[in-house]
Amino acid sequence: MRSHSRGPRRTHTRIPIVKDVTRQHNDSTRRPEVVAQRTPDRSPPDVAGGSPEPILVVDRLRTGFVTDEGFVPAVIDVSFHLHQGETLCLVGESGSGKSLTAQSIMGLVDPPGWVQSGRILFKGRDLLDLPERDWQRVRGAEIALIFQEPMAALNPVFTIGAHIEEMLIVHRRATRRAARQRAIELLDAVRVPDAPRRARDYPHQLSGGLRQRAMIAMSLACNPDILIADEPTTALDVTLQAQVLELLRDIQSRLGLALLLITHDLGIVAEMADRVAVMYAGRIVEESRVGPLFTDPKHPYTRGLLKSIPGGAPGSQLVAIPGTVPRPGALPAGCCFEPRCPSRFEPCRQAHPGVTDFGMGRTVKCYLHGPAVEPEVSAPAGLDAGHAPTA
Amino acid sequence: MTPLLEVRQLVKEFPGKAGFFRSPAPVRVVDGVSFAIDSGETFGLVGESGSGKTTTGRCILRLIDPTAGEIYFRGEDVLGFTRRRMREARRDMQIVFQDPFSSLNPRMRAGAIVEEPLIIHGVGTKDERRARVLELFQLVGLEQDHITRYPHQFSGGQRQRIGLARALALNPSFVIADEPVSALDVSVQAQVVNLLMELQQRLQLTYLFIAHDLRLVRHICTRVAVMYRGRILELGATESLFSEPAHPYTRALLSAIPVPDPTAARQRITLDTESFDPGTALREVATGHWAAV
Repeated sequence: MRSHSRGPRRTHTRIPIVKDVTRQHNDSTRRPEVVAQRTPDRSPPDVAGGSPEPILVVDRLRTGFVTDEGFVPAVIDVSFHLHQGETLCLVGESGSGKSLTAQSIMGLVDPPGWVQSGRILFKGRDLLDLPERDWQRVRGAEIALIFQEPMAALNPVFTIGAHIEEMLIVHRRATRRAARQRAIELLDAVRVPDAPRRARDYPHQLSGGLRQRAMIAMSLACNPDILIADEPTTALDVTLQAQVLELLRDIQSRLGLALLLITHDLGIVAEMADRVAVMYAGRIVEESRVGPLFTDPKHPYTRGLLKSIPGGAPGSQLVAIPGTVPRPGALPAGCCFEPRCPSRFEPCRQAHPGVTDFGMGRTVKCYLHGPAVEPEVSAPAGLDAGHAPTA
Repeated sequence: MTPLLEVRQLVKEFPGKAGFFRSPAPVRVVDGVSFAIDSGETFGLVGESGSGKTTTGRCILRLIDPTAGEIYFRGEDVLGFTRRRMREARRDMQIVFQDPFSSLNPRMRAGAIVEEPLIIHGVGTKDERRARVLELFQLVGLEQDHITRYPHQFSGGQRQRIGLARALALNPSFVIADEPVSALDVSVQAQVVNLLMELQQRLQLTYLFIAHDLRLVRHICTRVAVMYRGRILELGATESLFSEPAHPYTRALLSAIPVPDPTAARQRITLDTESFDPGTALREVATGHWAAV
């Protein structure tokens, strides 16, 4: 999935029906206002929810793969929002759909992958309706992505500096000289030692930790509003991991950007998150502010994950969740966690539970907490030929 | 009592990169490592990538030959073994690899993978081997009908069980587990860790447990050695080492573990790698607790 071929080249799955020319031309009028919004010295964001408009709203996103057997959803009606200045952690295991959610937001879902339905509202605009050219303007500049494996995201034949310069030249129409200057500043800002010299290094000449820093510098080049970090420290050793996490926290508080952090490590969640969305087999099964999630987990899966962390009496049995994560396309008929759930009862086998809302941004999908049943999905109006996969 | 395994001053050098005018200088990946493991212990070898922990494990099994040093298994000099004697010794020393995806032959059925060591070592008749494979499948919690499946039909956790069944086929007393759960899903890791602990009790195994997950090491190991750039910087009983780390590197390493508690106070120690000399000799700081300080 994560191949080096990912880059500006991309066949988007949505073909614009009417080419929106005006949007491309009024770009110059749009930019100053956007820059003004992005000044770092704004007042601390209110992350309590409710207040100011969220910068990103993902609404019933359904992404999957078109196979010989038909459409196999891997992200199932995922909804969440993200405010400026806050950190939302998307937690889940491999196959839970967390990376595919990120790729959908970035418009990086390639065939046979397909965004079937849903809305992704960025500053009120639905990204899924944007023509590819407009999306290119958003991607990397306003919403930036940091990958797990920086080596796969960096081009081995270009220097670190050139990667950052390209961002500025493409998105900001900077001159080569200004871009070079800014690239060095950025590398310095992410604490790459001896930045002017390092800018001339090729990716393979850097250590894993420095590479990830360079990747972060690149993602910050255009002052994005949202930074999506997909397992940014999984490939790193624990001491480097601590440094990169601290850097991300520091950058976020200085620039006030919204951070969507994807991880499987609950230790990282505890350290970084304001809010948490727990994903399992394509769905968000629990959402909460970080504190209550750890003190009072509601979903049996969240409980199981927390209990399985080694920590009790040395040598004692760990509390394991039996079974394995179901593969997309082979989901159980009822609740996705039912086959592994210690608290399952009759209704769990019938249909997937819907959202039970505890208020204060706390939701869970589990019949232990309420009778809500997941609504049947009907394709939303407006799904037309233009949304069909191009593969 | 002689320890089950003793490693003395182990050194492994790999040829380095040659420059245009420079002959290749060897790189010391393992640099004078010594430790001993008693029967029934779980000895943890922790360190960051590149610290030499995996190389140490492979040298012990002579999957690669060390440059210098001595290795004694049940008091016998492993490096002095002939090929034939080494093959025999490997019945008693086995390894479980990190990656359950690349360590199983994709063209062999699960049953054949587990049976292979029995064939190589000429154990039993065909029927006896088949019975043993069945027994092993049961032991590691796999179903009987899994025997005819291919590796790609299994999940990561199940594959690691196959790897474990293969390692246990010859009834070894010593097993090197090289990051056995780090490639697995979080919710499955605990299952495999429990299985490892359970098998240890039932079969009286001794483990050399190579890992970078310090939370896990603390949970299952009786003693731990911390490696850094090919050297052991600290070695001691798990509780002693975790509660009173003596080496600045160990302290930094332990402080970097993310704690799954949002209210926990965090005090990260940033390590100045210039502040200590990894070449310092180990010194006993408390009973059975050694550190290079």
